[in-house]
Amino acid sequence: MTPEFLIANITLFLLAIFLGFELITKVPATLHTPLMSGANAISGISIIGALIGSNVAYEGGSTALSGLLAFVAVVLAMINVVGGFAVTNRMLNMIAGKKRGGA
Amino acid sequence: MEDWISIGYLLSAALFIFGLKKLGHPRTAPFGNQLGAMGMLVAVVTTVVSMQLAGNAQWELIIAGLVVGSLIGYWMAVKVEMTGMPELVAMFNGFGGAASALVALSEIQKYISNADLVPDGLELTVTMIAAGLSALVGWMTLTGSLLAMYKLKGGIEVFGKWIRTPTWGPSWLNPVKVLLLLSVFVMIFLSIEEPTNQNYLWGIIGVSCLLGIVLVLPIGGADMPVVVSLLNSLSGIAAAFTGFIIGNSVLIIAGSLVGASGLILTFIMCKAMNRTLLDVLFKSFGGDGEKQALTRTKVGSDPDEVAMMLDGAQKVIIVPGYGMAVSQCQHAVKEFADLMKEKFDTEIKYAIHPVAGRMPGHMNVLLAEANVPYEQLIEMDEINSEFPECDVALVIGANDTTNPAARSGEGPLAGMPIIDADAARTVVIIKRSLSVGYAGVDNDLFYMDKTMMLFGDGKAMMTGLNTAVKEI
Repeated sequence: MTPEFLIANITLFLLAIFLGFELITKVPATLHTPLMSGANAISGISIIGALIGSNVAYEGGSTALSGLLAFVAVVLAMINVVGGFAVTNRMLNMIAGKKRGGA
Repeated sequence: MEDWISIGYLLSAALFIFGLKKLGHPRTAPFGNQLGAMGMLVAVVTTVVSMQLAGNAQWELIIAGLVVGSLIGYWMAVKVEMTGMPELVAMFNGFGGAASALVALSEIQKYISNADLVPDGLELTVTMIAAGLSALVGWMTLTGSLLAMYKLKGGIEVFGKWIRTPTWGPSWLNPVKVLLLLSVFVMIFLSIEEPTNQNYLWGIIGVSCLLGIVLVLPIGGADMPVVVSLLNSLSGIAAAFTGFIIGNSVLIIAGSLVGASGLILTFIMCKAMNRTLLDVLFKSFGGDGEKQALTRTKVGSDPDEVAMMLDGAQKVIIVPGYGMAVSQCQHAVKEFADLMKEKFDTEIKYAIHPVAGRMPGHMNVLLAEANVPYEQLIEMDEINSEFPECDVALVIGANDTTNPAARSGEGPLAGMPIIDADAARTVVIIKRSLSVGYAGVDNDLFYMDKTMMLFGDGKAMMTGLNTAVKEI
């Protein structure tokens, strides 16, 4: 890891935080729950790290324990991702459906 | 090849950004959610394809993990009742945090099993700090979320016995929280010197788990929306730290986006209660012994009496609270609104306090489930001016959010924005008893001459009221 790579990553980190603040201003209360559960599903992005980790375990470089931990992480992250997007979709359909009916 | 993978991750990050942006507007929200899901798909496909191209993809393993997780997640998402939504969101938060922390643990286990893999210099420092922070935030999110989930459920059943989830937080617990946090930082620092020392590793995990519990344990009831959105923020931060360990940009971007958006929601919730985040985390609200003793009494009404008063009402504003969620009477409420509209052509609106319920937007989700038109749900700031011209304010299981004591500038509720239900010509309150709300302050609204109390379970009372209105 070069210092340049680290700086680049820290820059990404800070910029993404500022972007996150800018994106989520003025959200109506109706969308607070869907927004939260949708964002929660996105936080399941650690699925990527889990997939890489569980795969690496079989290259021989690391032990079954390391692979097993990563595999559990794949399952948990996937529950988070699929469950999160699915439940958000269910809620939004309810809210959006009402709007069409009410108009 | 490397470039191609980076482009896949870049596309995925862009989809997350657009998805979150679209999620913030009612019209585009479903599309935003789909964009987010697409972003996740692109990220997963990119990762798997890059493994395949490198010639070492373990398909059985990948597919097994993805399928098992998807089935469980999908099953939970389809099965959940809308009233159980806060618990489910809390649990998913916990799983997300745990997944990030497990990836960090798996990386460190590699070093422990094979000392040759331990990097040196800057990479070692960065990896150990990121892994330590990811563990701290991730494990804390897991235990905190699980405890929050059981708090939201109210308890846990053990061998047929219902055990209530305790809320406990003496003031000496606050320095303990700080000490625990500091000890994690010390252990992270020490682990840089000795990356293969297992004691630090398990120490960090153990203390972080404990920290999650002691942070959430003192927080109860009305502060839950703050906690749930804070845990949401933390699960994103954990993913971002994990991104630093494995040097993956999409984890860093997606994680910090979620961290920031969760934090904004947290602040919105705090503002709606006129409390700071530090107050929520370190000052128990109300607490034991601080609850005001009830000195006054009020004679309860019955549904028939209320129905007679409702006869010919021009405008009714319904003020839902956590009690509506507990008794699951949102469908009966909707039925009431339809009846009034049909019989007297009454204008019905709903006044939504930002922290009503146990998670941000809780009431909106419940009422949407009961087919209440979106246009009738009005946010607090907009509806308050309408109360003086409204015939009846129907308060269902809400207390602190309507307490006029908040205007007085004294006591725990001082300065909290409230729904001006007391400005309506008549106030009807459905509540189990006169007992104080979470803030422990007696509510003057209950004792006003124009107030009619319907003592009882929300669902039973609403059903009774509907029957009585039909019979007018």
